Amino acid sequence: MARWPKPPEGSWTEHFKLSTAPVPHEDSISPEFYELEAEAVFKRAWLNVGRVDQLPRNGSYFTKEIEVAKTSVVIVRDMGGEVRAFYNICRHRGNKLVWNDFPKEETSGVCRQFTCKYHGWRYSLDGALTYVQQEGEFFDFDKDDYGLVPVHCDVWEGFIFINLAQEPEQSLTEFLGPMILGFEGYPFDKMTERWFYRSEIKSNWKLFSDNTAEFYHAPVLHAGQMPPAFAAPNREAGFEAPYYQIDGPHRLAATGGIRPWEMPEGMFKPMEKALQASLWGPWEPYDIGEVPAGVNPGGLERWGNQSYQLWPNMVILFWSQGFYFVYNYWPTSYNTMKYEATLYFPPARSPRDRVAHEMIAMAYKEYGIQDVNTCEASQQMLEARIVSEFPFNDQEILPRHLHMLCVDAVNDYKLEKGLVNQ
Amino acid sequence: MSDALLPGQFADLETFAQEWCLATETERYAKRLDSSIGELQAFYDAFFPRIEEALAYCDQYPLDALPEDVLNLMYLLYSLVAVSYSVEAWHQGRIPDTGASAITCVVEPVP
Repeated sequence: MARWPKPPEGSWTEHFKLSTAPVPHEDSISPEFYELEAEAVFKRAWLNVGRVDQLPRNGSYFTKEIEVAKTSVVIVRDMGGEVRAFYNICRHRGNKLVWNDFPKEETSGVCRQFTCKYHGWRYSLDGALTYVQQEGEFFDFDKDDYGLVPVHCDVWEGFIFINLAQEPEQSLTEFLGPMILGFEGYPFDKMTERWFYRSEIKSNWKLFSDNTAEFYHAPVLHAGQMPPAFAAPNREAGFEAPYYQIDGPHRLAATGGIRPWEMPEGMFKPMEKALQASLWGPWEPYDIGEVPAGVNPGGLERWGNQSYQLWPNMVILFWSQGFYFVYNYWPTSYNTMKYEATLYFPPARSPRDRVAHEMIAMAYKEYGIQDVNTCEASQQMLEARIVSEFPFNDQEILPRHLHMLCVDAVNDYKLEKGLVNQ
Repeated sequence: MSDALLPGQFADLETFAQEWCLATETERYAKRLDSSIGELQAFYDAFFPRIEEALAYCDQYPLDALPEDVLNLMYLLYSLVAVSYSVEAWHQGRIPDTGASAITCVVEPVP
């Protein structure tokens, strides 16, 4: 029984001209596919590595380990205020330039220049080599030939993106396209209260992305999060999204804005009532002013969240009550990944408000851990190769689209590099 | 000279304060996993009926200038949040079916 109208074609999947056939999942269990995906996807796409809030001053920097590209990048706000990215390597003997204690751990801080720990070569924050220990000992040597190797870097609405290609195929705004650019002007800069989480997951990055890209699982996997009076009818009804959109490689799913707090007692937990807050946020929305119409391109009268999946590995999740989350998925092998989640709120105005934020953040984590463990269970059995395809339903259109895009990207790459016989 | 952690009107919660006034989410979550459901329930049963009183008490102060005993009361409230899911939803400390999975809070607002 559809509660929300489907497009005239009868389904969202057909509306966006996607195949309705089952989808092979070899792309999530194959080490060979992973190696190609690293080249075809992660070394070509614009990748979000953080926000400008993490670079508050000139000289602020942080490093980003990008295992899928077997590299490390340092992102810095130079002395002129410009955000730049460089491969994190000293031009002398290839030592990792910026790290502390453990070479593989990310670090951050503030500095006036980068100094290599090995032989003391120094670089200004715009990448120029400025000092070489015993420079006269080198042969035919010009410091100008040995600046840091730049990485393409651009900033949109405070989000820092890098691109590891020699020459990106598109500018960042071309890459983002009209749907994502549609929420330009959202008050991201007002949401300075930041919570940052990490998890290491034993699953392919796409399986975890699939989880956050569909809500079909929510009434089942997360049923125990809610009191039985809510969970039972919710499970009976199942999940339907009121709106999906696909624009280029990017995807959107909206949820319908169920508000347990507008329901009778017993439909929410005592702690939620006491703090007037739950996963959906504060019961009274934050006053963040007018938000761009592009946040809600379906023009829904009420909605819970708008979940934007940016190709390939980023999610911006807007909540109707006036805050947002960002997820980043970083593959570390064909069957492991790092998951990063950042929750952004308008700063708490009072102690009571701050405790409510604690409740929302805790709810995020309670749901998230269930998702993480489930993906590990899926990976384990997919690798058994007993079955080879997923039958995706219409509410799983976004996972279908992601797998399709990754396979297409890898196939195009193989053609381009002559890795297949025509 | 008193060793009390909390403001005087919450003196009856001092034994819980000794255990649960923890400054980071990571410590609070670890404490939850290390506690029996009986211990979690006892803390919840003692503090939850006082939550509105505690929130109102903390709200007398601006968030960026909390006296130490009020800050401790805030930490106790954060811990109540951490145990509430165990008591109200799971009836056990750990989220069911989550084995060794973890999501670690690396950055959180202070206080």
